[in-house]
Amino acid sequence: MADSKLISKIPEGPLAEKWSKRKAEIRIVSPNNKRKLEVIVVGTGLGGASAAASLGELGYNVKIFCISDSPRRAHSIAAQGGINAAKNYQNDNDSIYRLFYDTIKGGDYRSREANVYRLAEVSAAIIDQCVAQGVPFAREYGGYLANRSFGGVQVSRTFYARGQTGQQLLLGAYAALNKEIAAGSVKSYPRHEMLDLVIINGEAKGIIARNLVTGEIERFGAHAVVLATGGYGNAYFLSTNAMNSNGSAAMQAYRKGAFFANPCFAQIHPTCIPVHGDQQCKLTLMSESLRNDGRIWVPNNMEDVLKLRKHEIKPSQIPEERRDYYLERRYPAFGNLVPRDVASRAAKERCDAGYGVNETGLAVFLDFADAIKRLGHQRVEERYGNLFQMYEKITSSSPWEEPMMIYPAIHYTMGGLWVDYDLQTTIPGLYAIGEANFSDHGGNRLGASALMQGLADGYFILPYTIGDYLSHKFAEPKTDTNAPEFAEAEKAVLDRIEKILAVKGTETVDSIHKKLGHIMWEYVGMARNEAGLKKAIEEIGELRKEFWKTVRVPGTNEEFNQELEKALRLVDFFDIGELMARDALNRKESCGGHFREEMQTEEGETKRDDENFMYVGAWEYKGEGVAPELHKEPLKYENIKIATRNYKD
Amino acid sequence: MEYNVKVWRQKNAKAKGHFETYHVTDVEEDASFLEMLDILNDQLIRKGVEPIAFDHDCREGICGACSLYVDGRAHGPDDQVTTCQLFMRHFKPGATITVEPWRSAAFPVIKDLVVDRQAFDKILQAGGFIAELSMDAAACVGCGACVATCKNGSAMLFVAARVSSLALLPQGKPEAARRARAMVAKMDELGFGNCTNTRACEMECPKHVTIDHIARLNREYLKARFSE
Ligand SMILES: Cc1cc2nc3c(=O)[nH]c(=O)nc-3n(C[C@H](O)[C@H](O)[C@H](O)COP(=O)(O)OP(=O)(O)OC[C@H]3O[C@@H](n4cnc5c(N)ncnc54)[C@H](O)[C@@H]3O)c2cc1C
Ligand code: FES
Repeated sequence: MADSKLISKIPEGPLAEKWSKRKAEIRIVSPNNKRKLEVIVVGTGLGGASAAASLGELGYNVKIFCISDSPRRAHSIAAQGGINAAKNYQNDNDSIYRLFYDTIKGGDYRSREANVYRLAEVSAAIIDQCVAQGVPFAREYGGYLANRSFGGVQVSRTFYARGQTGQQLLLGAYAALNKEIAAGSVKSYPRHEMLDLVIINGEAKGIIARNLVTGEIERFGAHAVVLATGGYGNAYFLSTNAMNSNGSAAMQAYRKGAFFANPCFAQIHPTCIPVHGDQQCKLTLMSESLRNDGRIWVPNNMEDVLKLRKHEIKPSQIPEERRDYYLERRYPAFGNLVPRDVASRAAKERCDAGYGVNETGLAVFLDFADAIKRLGHQRVEERYGNLFQMYEKITSSSPWEEPMMIYPAIHYTMGGLWVDYDLQTTIPGLYAIGEANFSDHGGNRLGASALMQGLADGYFILPYTIGDYLSHKFAEPKTDTNAPEFAEAEKAVLDRIEKILAVKGTETVDSIHKKLGHIMWEYVGMARNEAGLKKAIEEIGELRKEFWKTVRVPGTNEEFNQELEKALRLVDFFDIGELMARDALNRKESCGGHFREEMQTEEGETKRDDENFMYVGAWEYKGEGVAPELHKEPLKYENIKIATRNYKD
Repeated sequence: MEYNVKVWRQKNAKAKGHFETYHVTDVEEDASFLEMLDILNDQLIRKGVEPIAFDHDCREGICGACSLYVDGRAHGPDDQVTTCQLFMRHFKPGATITVEPWRSAAFPVIKDLVVDRQAFDKILQAGGFIAELSMDAAACVGCGACVATCKNGSAMLFVAARVSSLALLPQGKPEAARRARAMVAKMDELGFGNCTNTRACEMECPKHVTIDHIARLNREYLKARFSE
């Protein structure tokens, strides 16, 4: 039974016609009315920058906010690998349907057919748009755009710009944004952090933001609000996300009534540089492309493992017969190219069994010796030279001589604010795009699909769908920021800040955040079970109390204060962590990035439970200290045959 | 490992700044430079001293946020890296390391090591919005090391990276002249200095953008002036 609070607004009719049909229904706002309408966009990553630029160009009045000193520095800039699109340039029989199919399957049958089909449908236009902006995608000798392939698919549809695809795409969107800023249609507020959402008569009407330079708490009103604030992977403290990535804006919306969907679906990336001690605060991703030629292994005997840990032997000195290429052993069909979740769990399995190859016991080898022999130094250099160099800079060990050491780390969050087909949350007038929503990736995201989704949402979907809502609003006057709702929200923000500053304890924000990270990684990480998840909820509760008793945030609100910024974000990470654990506890199946130890086959593979869990789990906030309520949006597959993911044969 | 960190402290844009020297202990051998600052901050907070403010985000050399002048060099004593890619193994244990913010009239200090680089956004808003760049020039991360290093405080390398490859890509040709004029005018207006070809910017650029692009910018600019 569909939940009356979750109306997904998926258009009727055949899959391939749904989006055209929806577009035809959407009411259009005339240009002179657009000028009367104001939209707030929070976030300047690929989602936010492309949305704000498009809305500005359409004629709306846009205000855009970000934490960094320039919109160009949003976390999206760090994406390396590429962006998918069903262009079929390689003539390998790619199509919209195939991209749709791969995405649903990769997501382990936990995403909406209609949304994913639309994503695949608009993907080709993204590439055209970016080329028109001058994004320097890699080209073949003859000048055609080049492609490469990524994990979990069998065609070559990934567009890229060296190892800097996110940077070049974001610079394209930022340039489009700059054009609108220069034209006056978009006003930019860098170094401004949203601290609350303002609701008037049940509709999103504005935000409260802190000017990070002066500490001033400011009010901003609009006719609609768009959140493009990214993912919440930093709940784990250590992740590949940028340091300022956080989940606070989504949590503010959640507390004001927006449902939060599938929080437990987090992606763990198998190829990151291992943690080197307890002083680290950020992990570095090594591109997935390395698995195309690198072979993953650990020794098959403890003797070698112990010698490696004591540096008595070099990995290259261990002969073939004493090595265990465990991915090739377990998954002969896909070998080292199994999807991210499978590769990550297999590494954990070996390390848990005691075979981890560094001092911490949490690392496996990624070896290029065979590739160098097979392809020659030059071709390996062409393909991976910059990655090798980056690895050597960080670890001072050369992948040309000894294998890389890698270990899984948190990378991306599939869960996020629940949105309908129009990308509207359960709060009218509040939209969520990019990594901040839950929409397209189900239980697991395929490589190179986040950039695609962010730009699809921002350039091609939101600018249309938000018009439907705004078409009813142009007669409404500008939002009055003197309204009592603004005063109330502002006061709540100031109270929270005051409360944090008043603790004056002994512990630093990071040291407490690290503890949260340990709880999350231990119990809500790569493998989860009922007892552990219950423990996580309890321990997070304890840690939250500890925070409010012991945290020390120096300085005042009325100044540039990075410790205060971090403390405010950490308060929300407690809530996110708890919600993730709750959702993971409820979802008694293994699916995509969510592995419940109770639900596995005899060989240790995931066991999905379609009968009981083929739904989106959306959580409704019920008040502080009260358990949230779960709502279920059933998923229907009418165009795809549901199957078990199989990467063995 | 232990170090002495001599660092610029400045409460806000209006306050007068000064150097303070702090002793940092327990730095792991593999720590990065910014991790060393994290450790120092942790130790300072516990002692009741205000932590040192510095900009950073991606910590992998791509966002351009980190912006420190370390031992007299923008991004410190390693080549073609941003500060976040600098590692403590480049420093002798026990050494005294001097850390300053970017120093440029166009980049006023906000606090300690944090500067205001909005001038860069303003230059690009004046016309840098067809991203017409060849990949080499496009590698610019907008960190500002070029300005901080230049004795004239010139932003020529930054502007050149955006403008120079107009000739290299088909898009945006019709606006080329207007763009070059507008961006150079904006740069002058914002108080950046002139280029006298000392090449310091090229040496310190973490992404190795070369001054060949400045030559191309000059050509574009001259062409634009003639077409006025
Ligand atoms: C190392 C790495 C490599 C990756 N490589 C790829 C790849 O090759 N291909 C791919 O498809 N995906 C990749 N991804 C994933 C992808 O980069 C992200 O999912 C995507 O960029 C998210 O974009 P976004 O616009 O949703 O949010 P983000 O880029 O995270 O932007 C969030 C924005 O919101 C702002 N913000 C947040 N909170 C607030 C607040 N409270 N107030 C004001 N502003 C706020 C931030 O300042 C920022 O501007 C990678 C991710 C990582 C970590
Ligand atoms: S922190 Fe992003 S470049 Fe250094």
